[in-house]
Amino acid sequence: MRKLYEYSATELSSLLRGREVSAAEITEAALGRIEAVEGQVDAFLTVTADEARAAAERVDAKIAAGEELAPLAGIPVAVKDNICTRGVRTTCASRMLENFVPPYDATVTEKLEAQGAVLTGKTNMDEFAMGGSCENSYFKKTKNPWDTSRVPGGSSGGSAAAVASCEVPLALGSDTGGSVRCPASFCGIVGLKPTYGAVSRYGLVAFASSLDQIGPFGRTVDDVALLYGAICGHDPRDATSKNAALGEVRGEVKGLRLGVPKEYFGEGISPEVKAAVYAAVERLKGLGAEVVEISLPSTDYALAAYYIISSAEASSNLARYDGVKYGFSGNREGTLNDLYLSTRSQGFGAEVKRRIMLGTYVLSSGYYDAYYKRAKLLQGVIGQEFADAFEKCDAIVTPVNPTTAFKLGEKCDDPVQMYATDVCTVTVNIAGLPGVSLPCGSDAAGLPIGMQVIGPRFSETRLLSIAKCYETAVGGFAVKEM
Amino acid sequence: MNNNFETVIGLEVHAELNTKTKIFCSCENRFGAEVNTLCCPICMGLPGTLPVLNRQVVESAVRMGHALNCRINGVTKQDRKNYFYPDLPKAYQISQFDVPLCEGGYLDVLVGDEVRRIGVTRIHIEEDAGKLIHDDSFDGTLCDYNRCGVPLIEIVSEPDLRSADEAKAYLETITTILLYLGISDAKMQEGSVRCDVNVSVRPRGASEFGTRCEMKNVNSFGAVYRAIVYEAERQMEVLASGGTIQQETRRWDDAKGKSILMRSKEDAQDYRYFPDPDLLTFVVSEEKIAALKASLPELPTARTLRYVKDFGLQKVDAQLLSVNKARADFFDACAALGRCEAKIAANWLLGDIAKILNEQRIEITDTALTPEHLADMIVLINKGTISNTAAKTVLEEIMRRDVEPAQVVEEKGLAQISDASALSGIVDQVLADNPKAVADYKKGKVNVAGFLVGQCMKASRGQGNPATLRDMVIEAIQKL
Repeated sequence: MRKLYEYSATELSSLLRGREVSAAEITEAALGRIEAVEGQVDAFLTVTADEARAAAERVDAKIAAGEELAPLAGIPVAVKDNICTRGVRTTCASRMLENFVPPYDATVTEKLEAQGAVLTGKTNMDEFAMGGSCENSYFKKTKNPWDTSRVPGGSSGGSAAAVASCEVPLALGSDTGGSVRCPASFCGIVGLKPTYGAVSRYGLVAFASSLDQIGPFGRTVDDVALLYGAICGHDPRDATSKNAALGEVRGEVKGLRLGVPKEYFGEGISPEVKAAVYAAVERLKGLGAEVVEISLPSTDYALAAYYIISSAEASSNLARYDGVKYGFSGNREGTLNDLYLSTRSQGFGAEVKRRIMLGTYVLSSGYYDAYYKRAKLLQGVIGQEFADAFEKCDAIVTPVNPTTAFKLGEKCDDPVQMYATDVCTVTVNIAGLPGVSLPCGSDAAGLPIGMQVIGPRFSETRLLSIAKCYETAVGGFAVKEM
Repeated sequence: MNNNFETVIGLEVHAELNTKTKIFCSCENRFGAEVNTLCCPICMGLPGTLPVLNRQVVESAVRMGHALNCRINGVTKQDRKNYFYPDLPKAYQISQFDVPLCEGGYLDVLVGDEVRRIGVTRIHIEEDAGKLIHDDSFDGTLCDYNRCGVPLIEIVSEPDLRSADEAKAYLETITTILLYLGISDAKMQEGSVRCDVNVSVRPRGASEFGTRCEMKNVNSFGAVYRAIVYEAERQMEVLASGGTIQQETRRWDDAKGKSILMRSKEDAQDYRYFPDPDLLTFVVSEEKIAALKASLPELPTARTLRYVKDFGLQKVDAQLLSVNKARADFFDACAALGRCEAKIAANWLLGDIAKILNEQRIEITDTALTPEHLADMIVLINKGTISNTAAKTVLEEIMRRDVEPAQVVEEKGLAQISDASALSGIVDQVLADNPKAVADYKKGKVNVAGFLVGQCMKASRGQGNPATLRDMVIEAIQKL
């Protein structure tokens, strides 16, 4: 018999409405599961059991009073620890914010609370979302539920691992260069990086403001759609947010033209990944899609442009951590400069410092034109190439990661090799497009492989529909027994 | 001052706008509140918060741009200026770099009798930083974040100013315009207008500019004047003794009356400006720009010149009147009634009314005085109903409460008495009390009559008609 924690959010929502189960039971099931597997997975930095129980109680009271329930009412949700939660510490997995408790909610957490969703805790991540393996956390290393000697992917590794291990049915992550799609792929679940502006960034601790987007994780496409529908839309507190909405996710591909860009299937991509994605494309073709070969010629430059733009913005966004008002504070006895130096030397990890230095360099006088300005030009070119491609197709299918999940520690000593894992995902952020990552098989070791479906701006409904069509055709995605 | 050199000055004026809320959040924008009570996670730059531009700031800045004859960039953006300082919680200031909202304007400034046209390079919008407080009772530095996110415009002039007098007149005109537009409190003493002064000197007749020094912390009209005089002389002395000027930033210490080196060019900070990704390009439509232009009031220099031309006021009087918009508006309303000569109204406004307002530290709009009442009072003087002396009493009343001047005259019995039979008792008494003056007059010192008339006016509590009294005094002495 299936355990309650194994149910999807969509199923739980329906059970709750039918009064077959209470919100308290759902929450206890999630908390029990966290207790049982967290020792193996290490997905959470903070588990908010008391708050979760209180939230569930409120939902049950509503049910008892016969009140209308919002779609996410009573559903446990985990939130990446760079999304502000009022009264619950938000660390960004950094020593710098180890004890930072925001006096405000992010717009997304406010929306979740308004729906009656049950926040079960804050998940581990690469420090300030910088990394692709979740190993750059100051606090702990999250493990991949499929093989706990391997990374869950990053930077939203905690959220992905929590969903994949059935600790929660839903989680929020953030995606600046692939940080939702990469761990979704490594952990064999579904993750959506929405169109830039579709989800408010208010309360998301900024890494690279022009690229960051909050996105949902789930074990099914419907669950991802459910969570996305609850968090998208214009927010007057975010000047870059747009009026996005989710339509009906029908699960059809008939008549859709799927573009396959040859640049995404080059040398660096492992044969197993290539084969799995090609097979998925064939499958979609069999379901009625038309497949067209396309070209996105500037893809090779995207990684460089991405690391210049994201690091430049990060160097400015992270300058506020100066030890003066909140967070880690270094030497307060010496000069102001001593305070800055000690705070930032000790408060940030190596990868964060590397990006700050890189970003400071590319913005500095005399280098701005050579790096930042050219990267921004390239951003325009990449955006245009996608726009041209979408004249020929309705969505683009690519791999998510060049390989399946690698071993913990395997790439820690070589930042450039680590950066290269983002090669298939950064273009989507650079162009501000939506992309969904969904499982499409596994490698010889049984590790999940993911495929990415990219669409024009605000085509989330279409992307989720393609994903659902595939999911239905393969009879749903496998869940790892733990 | 060394006459072989010419001083060249450019000013950067920062003015806080008096919008209801701050530039990027909904905190109240107000001076003088209890420390750290007007701030929120957004203006304190807490992690995850985002700025959203207050459109009122854009409108105020565009109006200032129009007032200074600038070209308005309808499509512009905001940039981050990155530097570390404890009063700057995000460690960057949101400002404008290469595309300011307003560019390429000028301002006509009245300097003495001359109208000088001073180029305005640009006006951009930005946020203010907090305030550091160094308190002897506390070992360390405290920070008040109330000022964080207060909207500022920075007005940068061309190096067109040639003397401390011109710079002071330019700055005064800028603050007057800010008040005219109602976009800033423009109080230098409260720091709502602050000024950085760029000074260089060059041999008279030279076409190249000399190396400039920037002086920070110049925070009153007087300080601007003093700082320029000091700095120009310092530079001239260096040059005259064969030295060269180094480009540097200096701090003006007004108490000590000198500037002190802050940093040299080599230590100049790299602000790493780049477009703020949290704020999209913003657009001000052509229609909006035109509507804001149409909303401008007549500006002070134009008003001064109109007063000279239309009402025959002295330039200095016209300027004194124009500098205060409320009083100038009052004057225009009074003149428009056509009941009295405008020049007389101006004299009252600049004389007795200004004196009362200054004494009580209030503005004309804080009083009950209306243009109609002032005109009516002047009419009463012209008709001979009241004397100038009695008019001062009437003025005090009509400033205090909303009452017709004629009613005050009646209530207080201030009407001028021209009836000789009613005044003869007073004249007789005054002559009896002042036998020496009477004797002097008889000896031919006819000036004494003025003294005696004054005594009669006093005795009549200002009501006697001075001309009638004069006739009566002379007649009575001759009869003695």
